[in-house]
Amino acid sequence: MSTVSEKPILLEATDLCVSYGKVEALHKVSLRIREGEIVTVIGPNGAGKTTLLSCLMGLLPGQGEVVYIGRSLGNDDEVEERVGLGLTLVPEKRELFADMSVEDNLLLGAFDRYRRGQRDYKVTMDEVYAIFPRLKERAGQMAGTLSGGERQMLAMGRALMAKPRLLMLDEPSLGLAPLIIREIFKTVARLRDMGVSVLLVEQNARAALQVADYGYVLETGEVSLEGPSSELINDPRVIEAYLGLGGKH
Amino acid sequence: MDFQIALFLGQDGLTNGAIYALLALALVLVFAVTRVIFIPQGEFVAYGALTLASLQAGNVPATLWLVLALGVAVALLDGVQAMRHGSTRRLPRIILVNLAVPALLWLVLGSADLATLPLLVQILLALAIVVPLGPMIYRLAYQPIAEASVLMLLIVSVAVHVVLIGLGLLFFGAEGTRTPAFTDGMLDLGVTTLQYQTLWILASSAVLIVALYVFFGRSIYGKALRATALNRTGARLMGISTTMAGKLSFTLAALIGAFSGILISPITTLYYDSGFLIGLKGFVGAIIGGLASYPVAAAGAILVGFLEAYSSFYASAYKEVIVFTLIIPVLLWRSLTSHHSEEEE
Ligand SMILES: Nc1ncnc2c1ncn2[C@@H]1O[C@H](COP(=O)(O)OP(=O)(O)O)[C@@H](O)[C@H]1O
Ligand SMILES: [Mg+2]
Repeated sequence: MSTVSEKPILLEATDLCVSYGKVEALHKVSLRIREGEIVTVIGPNGAGKTTLLSCLMGLLPGQGEVVYIGRSLGNDDEVEERVGLGLTLVPEKRELFADMSVEDNLLLGAFDRYRRGQRDYKVTMDEVYAIFPRLKERAGQMAGTLSGGERQMLAMGRALMAKPRLLMLDEPSLGLAPLIIREIFKTVARLRDMGVSVLLVEQNARAALQVADYGYVLETGEVSLEGPSSELINDPRVIEAYLGLGGKH
Repeated sequence: MDFQIALFLGQDGLTNGAIYALLALALVLVFAVTRVIFIPQGEFVAYGALTLASLQAGNVPATLWLVLALGVAVALLDGVQAMRHGSTRRLPRIILVNLAVPALLWLVLGSADLATLPLLVQILLALAIVVPLGPMIYRLAYQPIAEASVLMLLIVSVAVHVVLIGLGLLFFGAEGTRTPAFTDGMLDLGVTTLQYQTLWILASSAVLIVALYVFFGRSIYGKALRATALNRTGARLMGISTTMAGKLSFTLAALIGAFSGILISPITTLYYDSGFLIGLKGFVGAIIGGLASYPVAAAGAILVGFLEAYSSFYASAYKEVIVFTLIIPVLLWRSLTSHHSEEEE
């Protein structure tokens, strides 16, 4: 089925189910991310988006199959191992090291590579500073004292320090001002140009579909719609539920 | 009390305080990274001193058997886990760290004339035997329940403490020992005299504290430990494994404990169970720092040292009571000033 123009598959999840105790939060979710693509998962609050990313990252156990670069990932593949494989998550809560400086936060983003003998973190840090000049201005400041937008930049910058193959972003626009949101999405588009694949989870459906190549709509733990973003953005069901005037989630 | 005595007591207080400060720092570190209240900290003090004494008597220290036994247990657990996981590439490292290194140590100890070795070599050997017990105990007792409540971890700490005390009696007997001073003799300062060993203790503690400061402030592994203490999930997402951080902090705590014991055993007779009281005084210091602040914990521990020295003069029968009573005003002050944060785990 793969034609010449189609890029190789980076990650493929098939029939993924995740439960919190007896409550099933994800039911038979399948999705596919190709190399160099931005794939977005949109859906209302409580749909299971964070649950999906947590499971892919290994923070939560799940059932179903996840294949990443031809390698099957199981529940006993720990988070730390997945980081080593080039999977990186920027969580919804950012999870920064509040009492450490911006620079130390970034440095620790390269911890796994450092541990495995790749000591070029200074070069990577300069690349991150080039993407987020604001972080360079704030290098010595404690992460806990940053503004919301800066915190998101730091969370993304810290993730990029790991040189991920697949960057997973959980609602990067959450709680940010429109101007900052635009900047963040511009950066996401730039990352694709730099060869990073992105799995972008958003409630801000319009912005997400504008930047993404392919999209999934997640509702109450199941994929209700999927398709190229250009098609989804014109799909009446999506317009009504997520893009229309009344459907501002 | 005349000036001479005050000076002498002050010297005593500072020396003990320096040791309590080291132990307090180790306790804060272990608690911040793993949430374990490390009661067995004191046992490392006793094990370090008694293992060195045993080497100096020309014997293979019985603590070596414990390292060998725990090493086999850890290798089995980790080995089975790695096999089930299908990651055989981890096996060489597991075997090397837990089986090969202790076996090599056994070989060295069995072939050398231990009593005649230079003191420095004896000290390094004692540390090489006792320090691995730290990460091994973490692996066996704490890692399986790393996510449990602080209370549960505390209960395990008490259990580990009791087991280590029992083993200590078995290994070393009820006799106390002293080891020879690093440098014999006294330094005459005119107003007072100072044992050279006291200088060793003060200088070594200062060096160790500075080294810890540099480690946490500059090295990426030190920062990784701090990161785990600040935000466990955030750290895991950077590939900083909670297990690695736990083992590293236990290794440091074991090193600090054992080295403290080696430092003080020339000036104090240590028994298999002496570590507990010493560790508890470090703990009082750590509590003063709220189990969170390194500088306050160290300062608190030094205060404990002084309080102990001076109360041993004024009311020697009550000196332990006075030191431990210090906890009450500290706890009161803590409970009055702390703002309880709901967000914290
Ligand atoms: N830790 C948890 N324990 C129990 N239920 C949870 C937990 N986290 C999320 N859920 C539930 O799982 C569902 C999906 O949540 P989540 O993945 O956070 O959604 P989203 O990120 O799309 O807003 C929700 O119904 C939520 O209440
Ligand atoms: Mg969410």
